[in-house]
Amino acid sequence: MPTLANYLLLSAILFAIGTVGVFVRRNLITILLSIEIMLNAVNLTFVAFGRALGSADGQIIVFFVMAVAAAEAAVGLAIIIALFRHKESLNPDSFTVLKW
Amino acid sequence: MLLLIPLLPFVGFLVNASFGRRLSKAAAGAVACAAMIGSFLVSVAAVWRLAALAPEVRTIVQRVFTWISSGDFSVAFTLRLDPLSAVMILVVTGIGSLIHLYSTAYMHEESDSEFARYFSYLNLFAAFMLVLVLGSNFLVMFVGWEGVGLCSYLLIGFWYQKKSASDAGKKAFIVNRIGDFGFVLGVLLAFVRFGTVDFQEIARATAALAPETTFGTLSLITLLLFVGAIGKSAQIPLFVWLPDAMEGPTPVSALIHAATMVTAGVYMIGRNAALFSHTPLTLTVVAVIGTATALMAGTIGLVQNDIKRVLAYSTVSQLGYMFLAMGVGAYASGIFHLYTHAFFKALLFLGSGAVIHALAGEQDLRRMGGLKDTLPVTYWTFLIGALAIAGVPGLSGFFSKDEILFHAFASGHTILWIVGLLTSLLTAIYMFRLVFLAFYGQRAANAPHGTAATGTNALGTHAPSTVAAGTVAPLGHHHLHDAPPAMAWPLIVLAIGSVVAGYVGLPHVLGGSDWFARFLEPSFSGAVHEASEAAQLEGTLMIVSTVVAVSGIGIAMYFFLKHREAADGLAARFAGLYRLLEHKYYVDEIYDATIVQPIRIVSQEGLWKIVDVRVIDGTVNLVGRVVQGSSQELRRPQTGSVRAYAASLLLGVVLVLGYYLWR
Repeated sequence: MPTLANYLLLSAILFAIGTVGVFVRRNLITILLSIEIMLNAVNLTFVAFGRALGSADGQIIVFFVMAVAAAEAAVGLAIIIALFRHKESLNPDSFTVLKW
Repeated sequence: MLLLIPLLPFVGFLVNASFGRRLSKAAAGAVACAAMIGSFLVSVAAVWRLAALAPEVRTIVQRVFTWISSGDFSVAFTLRLDPLSAVMILVVTGIGSLIHLYSTAYMHEESDSEFARYFSYLNLFAAFMLVLVLGSNFLVMFVGWEGVGLCSYLLIGFWYQKKSASDAGKKAFIVNRIGDFGFVLGVLLAFVRFGTVDFQEIARATAALAPETTFGTLSLITLLLFVGAIGKSAQIPLFVWLPDAMEGPTPVSALIHAATMVTAGVYMIGRNAALFSHTPLTLTVVAVIGTATALMAGTIGLVQNDIKRVLAYSTVSQLGYMFLAMGVGAYASGIFHLYTHAFFKALLFLGSGAVIHALAGEQDLRRMGGLKDTLPVTYWTFLIGALAIAGVPGLSGFFSKDEILFHAFASGHTILWIVGLLTSLLTAIYMFRLVFLAFYGQRAANAPHGTAATGTNALGTHAPSTVAAGTVAPLGHHHLHDAPPAMAWPLIVLAIGSVVAGYVGLPHVLGGSDWFARFLEPSFSGAVHEASEAAQLEGTLMIVSTVVAVSGIGIAMYFFLKHREAADGLAARFAGLYRLLEHKYYVDEIYDATIVQPIRIVSQEGLWKIVDVRVIDGTVNLVGRVVQGSSQELRRPQTGSVRAYAASLLLGVVLVLGYYLWR
């Protein structure tokens, strides 16, 4: 039977993987997926605490996070498609015109 | 009822100002004249009612509204009619009506809208002047005081397309501001000292005080007020604007710059006689400045060649007389001279206007002459005016001027009396020089323009033969016509006035009762009186001044009628003096060098090039440059790379969390 610490450790590992993914990958879709991993790492924390404390709050918040994640995925993908149409590229470094 | 007196011209102003464009000349002139004549009739009725009252209670007061009310300080817009203001409103509305009437003919060549503009200004002037003389306290008076200054500016610059006219308007306005500055300070100081600005209350408060023999608050108040009077009434050192004011239409010169507005300073001193009589120091200053101005302007008037300028200097000189009277404590005599002067000086100006009108704008005396037969009405009326101002016995100017000189002598100011007498000699000379040059002799059709040929054409006599004979004779074939009826009638009425106006103040020595002075007495009741009715002395002095006046006319006759070459010879012999007088003692040049140029240089080199460009613009530019420089550096972190932003976000989160975890 895994303990709360195990869940939190897993969650932290997943979050770190997501973060690293955001920073090191050069593909916008991969970055978006990395963000999803980070969100789910947080979700895992919520449900782990919810279960450990015997409260439904954590699970309720997870639903909200999932709804936001779905919306974020939709908007993010739409932006990515628009960007791709614009420059035929998915590399975030080629989109640096938004400065001064 | 009193309110109606200034209100009627004001309504006339409103009508002409708002609908004047659409009114015909006849309608615009009729509105303006009707407003003035209506105001005159109301004034007569009001004065009639006033005269029926007992001398001790001879005032009519109308409180129009409460103007300012703040704490225990309250000023009401109150009009008060007393004998002094009664004289003034009759002069302003009476002579004003005649001049309005005269203007309908004089200004007839203007376009419809200009004509209406002229009359709206003239009516507005009358309204403000009446507020000035009817106001019962300094603040109401100040409204009129500034209002007439404004109208004076507007009317001097009436022909604003002409640079000299608009410059003259500005000069008048600015010089008057200098005086008004003193006036305002005087009023404020009077308020601080007495806690009220009402004339009667101030007079009552001063009556309880002992005369201030040394320099103190009262002296300061009166001196500051006198600075205002100096500006408005064109005395040394602020007289320079009045001769230039002749750029305005001639009826304006007659109404504003001879008969009414310029006398406001004299009136103001008369109105505050109680206050002034408590400050012998100020009175001495007033008398000395008045006498000095009278003499100075008289000498300048001797050699000027512009007919209106001669009259302007004459006005300055006569105003000097009035201040002399005020200064020696002869308030009633000063007001008496103000009243007679209004008649004959308005007459002289309107007469000169008729001459100018007949000669199609010619103002140079050297190009006139021989008008006696072609302009009979103008000639005779002008002659009466000249006789009156010269002080020939039997005419109004004689009585009033004589009274002033008598009081100057009787109060022990012998030097002032001698200078005054000398000035009256000069007055006779320059007035009759004018008469002889304009109306006698031969027309000099191709005389030189302006003051170009000073040396050879000294004292304004005939053109020398050196002038090129081929020059155009600009007026050669212009049809000369005497004044049309609308101009002739005012001249005639004023001429009659110039003769008879003096008889209301017939002195005791000539069997009169000095009714005028007794009528005015209630207005000067607070003043310290030291009147000495030495009839014997007055009779002697009268003979002296008569001799002086007649000899002045004789001198003028010798030099400008019989032996014009003698005048030229005299001018050539005293060329330096002549040039000094012709250039008006170089006062304008001195002011230009000592005041105007320094201000201009300080403004241009200091205020503009250093304070404005360096300090003010520099500060503004510095702020801009600082913002620009820091932005230059601050924009570097904004790379546009989303991952860089995300990295800074992460760094921020780590730092904040780290802080909370390890603190």
